[in-house]
Amino acid sequence: MNIILSAIGGTIVLAIIGIAVGLFLSGIDRRIVARMQARIGPPLRQPFTDVKKLLTKQSIVPANAIPWLFNLMPIAALASSIAVLMYLPFGSLAPILGEAGDMILVLYLLIVPSLALVIGGFASGSPYATVGAQREMVSMIAYELPLAISVVIIAWRLMAANVADPFSFMTLMETSVWDVAGPLGIVGLLLLLFLFMWITPGELSKVPFDSPEAETELAGGILAEYSGRNLGLFSLAQAVKMVGIIAFGVIILLPWNLSPVFGMTGAGAAVIDLVFFFVKVIVVSILSVTVVRTMMARLRITQVVKVYWFVFGGIGIAAIILLMLDAFLMGGV
Amino acid sequence: MAGNVPYKIPIGPIHPALKEPVHIELTVMGEEVIGADFTPGQTHRGIEWMGLSRNPVQIVHLTDRICGICGVTHSLSFARAVEQIAGITVPERGDYVRTIIAEFERIQSHLLWAGVAAHELGFDSLFYLAWRVREDAMDAIEFITGNRVNYDIIQIGGTRRDITIDQYAKIRTCLKTYKDLFSKLKKLFLEDAVIKSRCIGTGLLSFETAMAYSAVGPTSRASGVTADLRVDYPYCAYGDLDIKPVLPTAYGKDVNGDTYDRIVVRIFEIAQSIEIIETCLDNMPAGPVLWEEKVVKILAACKKASGEAVGRHEAPRGEAVHYVAMDNADAPIAWKVKASTYSNAHVWPIILKGAQLADIPIIVASIDPCMSCTDRVAITDNGSTKIFTKEQLSKMSYEKTRRMLQ
Repeated sequence: MNIILSAIGGTIVLAIIGIAVGLFLSGIDRRIVARMQARIGPPLRQPFTDVKKLLTKQSIVPANAIPWLFNLMPIAALASSIAVLMYLPFGSLAPILGEAGDMILVLYLLIVPSLALVIGGFASGSPYATVGAQREMVSMIAYELPLAISVVIIAWRLMAANVADPFSFMTLMETSVWDVAGPLGIVGLLLLLFLFMWITPGELSKVPFDSPEAETELAGGILAEYSGRNLGLFSLAQAVKMVGIIAFGVIILLPWNLSPVFGMTGAGAAVIDLVFFFVKVIVVSILSVTVVRTMMARLRITQVVKVYWFVFGGIGIAAIILLMLDAFLMGGV
Repeated sequence: MAGNVPYKIPIGPIHPALKEPVHIELTVMGEEVIGADFTPGQTHRGIEWMGLSRNPVQIVHLTDRICGICGVTHSLSFARAVEQIAGITVPERGDYVRTIIAEFERIQSHLLWAGVAAHELGFDSLFYLAWRVREDAMDAIEFITGNRVNYDIIQIGGTRRDITIDQYAKIRTCLKTYKDLFSKLKKLFLEDAVIKSRCIGTGLLSFETAMAYSAVGPTSRASGVTADLRVDYPYCAYGDLDIKPVLPTAYGKDVNGDTYDRIVVRIFEIAQSIEIIETCLDNMPAGPVLWEEKVVKILAACKKASGEAVGRHEAPRGEAVHYVAMDNADAPIAWKVKASTYSNAHVWPIILKGAQLADIPIIVASIDPCMSCTDRVAITDNGSTKIFTKEQLSKMSYEKTRRMLQ
């Protein structure tokens, strides 16, 4: 009984934290982009104000839409984004559902919000949303390849170093992949870090990979027909997903904590690690989302596929080869 | 992708990719456009009709408000038509002031377009940059004319304001800023990998098609047509200048007639305009800028005039034409405006065909459409739409002429 209660309580707390951090992140993102474009930009609380307003506004369902699917998908997107957070360790805090899921599950859960967007787009019965949904599907297929490559090779490298249960987040909390890798492996991991930086904007449909939403082409694409509460829920889902995907990257590739440096233990260590964790999330989000979207133009969907499969796929394969060579040289296999 | 069934995507009348209302209907198969058509007439305001009950000096102010960007284009074309009918000679200095302001307009119009193009490509940082540097030209225009948008500097027989000697320094500073900026603009717009990959080879307009459809301005020059009114039929101070039409070869490349070439032409035309203004400033003749200071006398001359004339001007977007007919009355008996977009918009269905859906906004924008300059007609017949054949149209125009002669 206690376990169930604490799981429910934990979920609620986590949902609130996830939403708050996510909206705060998009506030920082908008502000920094504005500064880089020599504008002043909105205040940091702007995303909160936006969502608050959206949630109070009327939600219009188009005549051509399939109402139940159309209304269900924003909830599905938000629920699955929050579900991702429940499997992720934050700093030195173990995940709420720690033992129950691993990296592969999180990979699947990260697809669900995009899938919900796609279904919602098709269900809204607008040509813009339909084209947007098709593009979202194509870009999902595109970025899943390098993403899967990076996750699997990291787990494989841990396994090669005789670490038990390499896909589990509990293992990742204790063993950093940087500690087991040799010089060649470090180069491979740096490549993976670079890869992850470029997968994140794709996952989040940000410029240059924002063709599913492309404002000037599709007038918002998938979200063209969404308004009011439904659009508010989608923006919340997007914010939480932003935290989820970046946190996932930070956990597997930037796993360091501050508390061992200070020699702290107990609650103090948990707090300082949590703060440090979110600092890492913010820094990664600025580097891989904000800076990238300021300095680039939108790619065509065909170019998105080419870039992810051939350029980033190629880098992924190079990383695989390096890490495998490293494992052989280090005598792990 | 979703089956092989072609489906229709409407762009407009109101759409984020369009800065002004126009309706474009695309037939799309997957992501490829297999057919395109457009319906103008969404911003008709009846300006010509308003003009027919006003005198030429009043109409000049009206022409300033046809478009928010071509602030001098329409008033200059209209004034040139009226001057021909009334036999008014513009003083040399007036011609130079007209040229300077027309070229400043070209700079700000091309920079505005460059920003829009960047935005259509999803490159918002470049959009903000282009619009920020455009402010210098706007400031210079305000400095010369007193207005930012509707310049109101053209008068029948010259200009309403002179550029005084102590204004030269500030104008030269503005030109220097642009000269220093030019290499940066060139690098940002023409060397960016994503812009290149999105624009090279898209929206192809061949030389033959450009000629057949009478495309004008940078749209035609990007396809290798050496047509530039300023060179072919010099007016104002252009006859004194040594200028050549800007072709994509200016950037040392072959002429393809694609979207990229249109960017090249416009960017290099900015450089050309800077040079023109500098030369004009150096060689400004002395004297008045206006044929006659007193408006009453201008009006009297116009009232005495009868005949018809065409006033032309190479606007930033291409040639603009004003047809004016006067018959010993206060108001002209006919006034017809044909903006450059009217000629250029007809190539849309051709350059859009075969394009990727993602490239529609930049291809549509690449001709630099200006709908409020173009729209002269709107069908408001209880919401029903009619398509007239050529014979019906000629019959209707005969009838209208007869009505007017009665």
